[in-house]
Amino acid sequence: MVAALLLRQVRRILLTVLLGGLLGATLVRLGPGFGVDERELDTRLSAGSQQAIRSERDRDNNIAVFYFRYLAGLARGDFGFSRSLNRPVSELLKERLPLTMVSLGYGVLAGASTGLALALLTVWWRAPGADLVPAVFSGLCLAAPVAVIALVFLWLGPWIGEASRWAIALVVFPHVYRYSKNQLVATSQWPHVVAAQAKGLSGWRVLWAHIFTPAAPQLAALAGISVSLAFGASIPIEVICDTPGIGQLAWRAALDRDLPLLVTITVLVALMTLVVNSLADLALAAWNSPARSTAEAGTAEVASA
Amino acid sequence: MTGKQKFAIGVLAVVALASLGAAYLAPSSYSEQFRDAISAPPSARFWLGTDELGRDRFARLLYGTRVSLLLAPAAALLSTLLAGLIGGAAGYLGGRWERFLTTGVDLFLSLPWLFLLLAVRALLPLNTSPVTSVAITFLLLGCLGWAAPARIIRAGARTLVNSDYLVQAGASGISRWRLFWLHLLPNLRPILLAQFWISVPLFILSEANLGLLGLGVSEPLPSWGAMLRELENYSAVLQNPWILAPVVLLVVVVGCLQLLLRTEESAPC
Repeated sequence: MVAALLLRQVRRILLTVLLGGLLGATLVRLGPGFGVDERELDTRLSAGSQQAIRSERDRDNNIAVFYFRYLAGLARGDFGFSRSLNRPVSELLKERLPLTMVSLGYGVLAGASTGLALALLTVWWRAPGADLVPAVFSGLCLAAPVAVIALVFLWLGPWIGEASRWAIALVVFPHVYRYSKNQLVATSQWPHVVAAQAKGLSGWRVLWAHIFTPAAPQLAALAGISVSLAFGASIPIEVICDTPGIGQLAWRAALDRDLPLLVTITVLVALMTLVVNSLADLALAAWNSPARSTAEAGTAEVASA
Repeated sequence: MTGKQKFAIGVLAVVALASLGAAYLAPSSYSEQFRDAISAPPSARFWLGTDELGRDRFARLLYGTRVSLLLAPAAALLSTLLAGLIGGAAGYLGGRWERFLTTGVDLFLSLPWLFLLLAVRALLPLNTSPVTSVAITFLLLGCLGWAAPARIIRAGARTLVNSDYLVQAGASGISRWRLFWLHLLPNLRPILLAQFWISVPLFILSEANLGLLGLGVSEPLPSWGAMLRELENYSAVLQNPWILAPVVLLVVVVGCLQLLLRTEESAPC
């Protein structure tokens, strides 16, 4: 079943990524200002050179031809050439991708682990108002625009170091906290959990074995959402924090109507988002049966206690 | 109705009324420049001081609130209508149509919302008149924000298609279009309404993000996003903390909207 799901996911990812690249290319092609080349204003260029620039640009005017050539190049490992930055796209990606990935990695990990830890703590500590502080804080984070969060961390930069990592963590945190808390609270109301508590099993044992483990597959789905959120947030965060990553590159590519660069970034972002989401789906499918059996085992343990 | 819900509705009503009555409450126009009071601190004349061009910040906040509060629901309405048509059609027609429309939804959802929004907005003309920029910003929000609601509406439509009354209506010989418009879409109203209310705070925040990056509503027309650009000057914020008024108002309004949504979600059925 997992293999069939895997195959279906791979087919879906390929189709969506190809269509996403085409959509990105079409948008850039139709965008006002496409095809304007400031090199044509250079008076030092001869008529022949200007004609060469025009014919080079005209090749990109037919979007189908451009996209076919782009895909053919991609198959050979050639991502094209960025006209606005005057460098091969592969070089730009090699330079900027690690920075964004590290920021995303730290940010998602910090935001997700804090959110999950606080959600577990809230469910474990059942005192009235126990979730007041995290709930208000997560509400504030959800109500603030990403760009404002980035600005706040930019101001705090000298004291906290990498502003973009912290900003991404704060974007991811409220979503993980709220979803995890709701999921864990719902699981904690299952009959076998209530029975386990009534029979005197320790709080941590109930939390870990009877609440967290059955809810884990649902929580795994958060990985995909978190990465997608973080990728989206990386553009305003990197632009505001002046972090030379992929988000800032996408921003410049869109403003400069740089077709090969924007199409490559669109394909890359779509691919990463889809792969992470599919991995989460696969994990959900693969863990579903063990989790169910754990829940059943939990019921058996409670019954025998 | 809970106490929290009443409080949120009260705050939203006060903010909405204040913004609608901006012409009476604001002592001056949002674009009038007082050259004798540039970057002035709060006073009896200028309640929130003036900006670097000498414009009354309180007047700009009221008019900006009106722009954001009126146009975010308009964009949410557009996106919900699109989502209703696309998601409803996908769920109702099934088969090839469903696969085709679902691929379109997947395509939009494969790109993170902010990435798609910022990239597409950056591709559109930036040097436009204020009215055009408002139209572009909110049409863009409406036209790009339909994918996530469409997926939920499709699932709702699939459930309804197999319901007894629709099967019976179909068996009575009612045309498919009539079934779709008169029987399916009206019964999707609760889902459409929920999606509309979920979209409103999302679009308010998206406009703020666009505005802060210089891609939102053009000057001199104010909006929350455009007013947030003042925050880029850190030292000015330290010296004039009242610059933070738009952020505070934005957080309060979005917080109240989310409070209403959460209370609605957790209400017993």
